[in-house]
Amino acid sequence: MATAEELKLRIRELENELIKCKQHRSQEDLQTPVFRPKIEKMSAEVLDSNPYSRLMALKRMGIVEDYEKIRSFAVAVVGVGGVGSVTAEMLTRCGIGKLLLFDYDKVELANMNRLFFQPHQAGLSKVEAAEHTLRSINPDVIFETHNYNITTVDNFTHFMDRISNGGLQEGKSVDLVLSCVDNFEARMAINTACNELGQTWLESGVSENAVSGHIQLIIPGETACFACAPPLVVAANIDEKTLKRDGVCAASLPTTMGVIAGILVQNVLKYLLRFGTVSFYLGYNAMQDFFPTMTMKANPQCDDRHCRRQQEEYKKKEAERPKPEVVEEEEEVVHEENEWGIELVSEITAAELQDASGPKPDLPEGITVAYTIPNKDGEVNSEETVEETDQSLEELMAQMKKL
Amino acid sequence: MADEATRKIVSQIPLLKTNSGPRDKELWVQRLREEYLSLIKYVENNKAADNDWFRLESNKEGTRWFGKCWYIHELLKYEFDMEFDIPVTYPATAPEVAIPELDGKTAKMYRGGKICLTDHFKPLWARNVPKFGLAHLMALGLGPWLAVEIPDLISKGIIQHKEQQGS
Repeated sequence: MATAEELKLRIRELENELIKCKQHRSQEDLQTPVFRPKIEKMSAEVLDSNPYSRLMALKRMGIVEDYEKIRSFAVAVVGVGGVGSVTAEMLTRCGIGKLLLFDYDKVELANMNRLFFQPHQAGLSKVEAAEHTLRSINPDVIFETHNYNITTVDNFTHFMDRISNGGLQEGKSVDLVLSCVDNFEARMAINTACNELGQTWLESGVSENAVSGHIQLIIPGETACFACAPPLVVAANIDEKTLKRDGVCAASLPTTMGVIAGILVQNVLKYLLRFGTVSFYLGYNAMQDFFPTMTMKANPQCDDRHCRRQQEEYKKKEAERPKPEVVEEEEEVVHEENEWGIELVSEITAAELQDASGPKPDLPEGITVAYTIPNKDGEVNSEETVEETDQSLEELMAQMKKL
Repeated sequence: MADEATRKIVSQIPLLKTNSGPRDKELWVQRLREEYLSLIKYVENNKAADNDWFRLESNKEGTRWFGKCWYIHELLKYEFDMEFDIPVTYPATAPEVAIPELDGKTAKMYRGGKICLTDHFKPLWARNVPKFGLAHLMALGLGPWLAVEIPDLISKGIIQHKEQQGS
């Protein structure tokens, strides 16, 4: 017998199916005037009908040397949620050459506090729904979507293959990987892949309390990878004791996510089109409107062996490169007067210091590590570890089953 | 990290030695053997302490795990199916344990019924790589989660005892 709950669920299923049908139909109608035709060459002509005129104006103003180059780049966006979807939309509107989207999730009504997705898309896979919207915004972009979880063994192999072969021309690697995922496991998976492939990537994130975020540029071997240090976090200056966690996993705000997506894509554009300076790490503290920045070198003792290998290769390359002799003189900042008595005070409380049981990397004000890891204490007492046995794996599996 | 009782239980789970993930060939088999040894010991300890509360088994590659866990509340046994994949970055990152049948019933879950662990779990796991294995994940992750969530779900009437529901 069907309960009201079950019937409600069935209604939602049918509604979703209807939406899918409607979307399929509108895809067939691609040629209707609602969708503009593809544009062969970006034009700088200032016309109401030219979608690229304002972007090409960057060239005339001398900000970007060669804006059309944007069409030659392929960018992979991993995670098409609150940050990833907005990131993909910005890149689409900027006229990026190719976008590869990875996400295993479906659109839910609980996502509606964030930007991009719309209620009628609930139930569709995020990559499918995103591709449909993005293609209608800019049909010049090439889309490739993958609806799977990158952290499982099989999918990971495929993910690595697409990073190294999914460029604008098949067989070439993508130009940049953007991490817009919401969990540590997926970030570590991206880190592993990019270290192995020597692929430059940008990590982004918003904290679970929704009031801070960050972006980080990772060039394997050169800058710190995601495994080089415990995860960096922006100090939100909230007393942890007052933070109520009962009954919720994560909060989110469209504002914070929009800010982070904006900062992320800004740095993508600067990196790809070579203008301005690209931030290595930029934090955003929404409570104080504070943006700490820093750079961090790769850790020679990083747990990821591919990170260590990339560091060796980077060192070799650096040694071979002729060094221009530059003597930099650092000017000491001296404030002659301080009539208001302004001084810097530590943001770390004594209690926080005590909690840190391991060495803390030298970090600027406003950035800290999520936790510390004590120095490896060497050998573990053999009494505490598993005993050696002659039993094979199959025998152990059988023994476990019998318990 | 946890209360004294949990600490004692965890200290009796054998630690692992091989730092190897599912993408490594032979070393992963070695790690899997250690995982099973550690799990078997933990289940035996639980049985001896009259606190048996889960069973776990894997596919033959050891990349996908599934089993049952149960919780006794007011003398009634509530049993749930659980499952998880070993992430490619294991053991640097712990697997995300899921109880699919509770998906949507509690806010302390991510999509797909993945349980939401406390802030303490991740640092604790990170500090103990590669010594912690799946038995530790059960003892420090799933166990405490069930102990908090199940009584709460029962009291709210969101889950009922299977025999009382009628079939």
